[in-house]
Amino acid sequence: MTFYVLQALNGLAYSMLLFLLAAGLSLIFGLMDVVNLAHGGFYMLGAYLGLSFVRWTGSFWVAVVLVPPLVAAGGFLLEWEFLRPLYRRTHLDQILLTFGFAFVISDVVRWLWGAEVQSLAAPPGLDRSIPMLGTLFPAYRLFVIALGGALALGLWLGLSRTRLGAIVRAGVANKEMTQAMGINIAAVFTGVFAFGTGLAGLAGVIAAPIQGVFPGVDFETLIVTLIVVVVGGLGTLTGSFWGSLLIGEAETFGKTLLPEAALVVIYLVMAAVLLVRPRGLFGGRTR
Amino acid sequence: MTRAAWPAAAVVLALVPLGLSRYVTTTLTEILIYAIFAMSLDLLVGYTGLVSLGHAAFFGIAAYTVGLLSAHGATALALTLPAGVAAGAAAALLVGVFALRAAGVYFLMLTLAFAQMAFAVAHQWAGVTGGTNGLAGIARPAVPGLDLGPPVPFYYLVFILFVAAAWLLRRIAASPFGAALVGIRENEARMRAMGFDTFRLKLGAFVIAGAAAGLSGVLFAYYNGFVSPDVLYWTSSGQVLIMVLLGGAGTLAGPALGAGVVLVLQNLASSYTARWTLILGAAFILVVLAAPRGLVGLLTGRWARSS
Repeated sequence: MTFYVLQALNGLAYSMLLFLLAAGLSLIFGLMDVVNLAHGGFYMLGAYLGLSFVRWTGSFWVAVVLVPPLVAAGGFLLEWEFLRPLYRRTHLDQILLTFGFAFVISDVVRWLWGAEVQSLAAPPGLDRSIPMLGTLFPAYRLFVIALGGALALGLWLGLSRTRLGAIVRAGVANKEMTQAMGINIAAVFTGVFAFGTGLAGLAGVIAAPIQGVFPGVDFETLIVTLIVVVVGGLGTLTGSFWGSLLIGEAETFGKTLLPEAALVVIYLVMAAVLLVRPRGLFGGRTR
Repeated sequence: MTRAAWPAAAVVLALVPLGLSRYVTTTLTEILIYAIFAMSLDLLVGYTGLVSLGHAAFFGIAAYTVGLLSAHGATALALTLPAGVAAGAAAALLVGVFALRAAGVYFLMLTLAFAQMAFAVAHQWAGVTGGTNGLAGIARPAVPGLDLGPPVPFYYLVFILFVAAAWLLRRIAASPFGAALVGIRENEARMRAMGFDTFRLKLGAFVIAGAAAGLSGVLFAYYNGFVSPDVLYWTSSGQVLIMVLLGGAGTLAGPALGAGVVLVLQNLASSYTARWTLILGAAFILVVLAAPRGLVGLLTGRWARSS
């Protein structure tokens, strides 16, 4: 029993990281129909920037505060300079462009930080284990669960209760109409894109003490995040949340209970979900 | 590409091994194999509008079919070639029946899922597939009276099959069936309203593409001499998708050209610099921004793109 509870908690910590990634990817898709394939790259950039900030300043919290805006600035640049001229073209062009950036970011990071696996220690105070159910559980993972849960709640409140959230939801529902109401939709696009990539950067820093930092983590993360978003349904925050939980737990339990099938568990879950609901769990709208 | 470009390219390609080094012949063999692979995907991406990120499944399954057959002593090309193509087509039929229920990004992710499952099977079922090590020691095929082992005869085998595949795919694209596929790409709902069974048309395209990918997989197994799970991994599907889009989707000649450009860039860049990925990424961004119809669009000067 204890084993299952601990695994469920591990899965929950992983799910929360996935949610930070999936929320940004899904919002960006919902709003501008762009599947940002550079999302994993921004995640990895966040992790490596975090690593460097911790080395320079000695403080994990400085990294947590500074990295997301820096990564968001990268997202801003990508949207403003490169993606914006492509909105009149096909979706394929936009996906391709972000794919090109995924390669560029991947290689630049390898260039600047090297190709070896690096690790980041959990910050002081959270680098110990807490006695639970007669055994020990890492305090840092509990922190990740709490932070992820708080951010999920904050995002949901922001999106459903604020004026800005209403504008974003309106943009997802109908871009032309939102623009006709006098909203500067282009600015909303840029803002959401930067915000989403910033969340990916935050996920990178937060994940570093758990997952380690290594080249290739960008595409691995991108694929899992895409699976989460597709399982939950593109463009919905609720879908991202439940998709993250489902995939996070499935992957965690799959690894421990069925190690020989660990490679396919999440793909099997995705295939099963899509065969029953071809637009994901919460993706009701037609596109 | 214009009508004259195809025969001209064929003549040049037929003469190449006579005058050039072994290295060029070998590289060209690889390019032609990947060109078949890329053209098969183009039938889906460029003509039907189905962007698949799991096309390596059919390439890899065919390659493994050859590997398994030759491990059990079956080396006759007359047996392995049809077997590989049939395996690719059968796998495509199976995947297509499920994946084509979804559309757009969902379709892309389902094809990815099925390819990753094939990868996992190749990776885990070590007793049959050799696991991570794969299947080694695949000898070049036997044809009565001809030794296909050396680079030049093998090049001609690949060349003849490339010409056949290119001709066949062009015929298919130009047929009423091909026109129906383009109709689906442009407006599937309207095609359905006009009485076309779009699901069966898409499934047909998917199976043909799987068979052609199977052909390239068979040739790759012989070219490489061994098969490992890497051929099934999603990066393999991603690479061939890049070839299609870089060259120009929906033109057949474009993806073949794209295969050549990507492989030559890869060979050149990786021998001078470790920054090969960066160069590929930058090339990609440039093509999207400056040549939306791919390299073929750039060459033929047709800039307008329907959206």
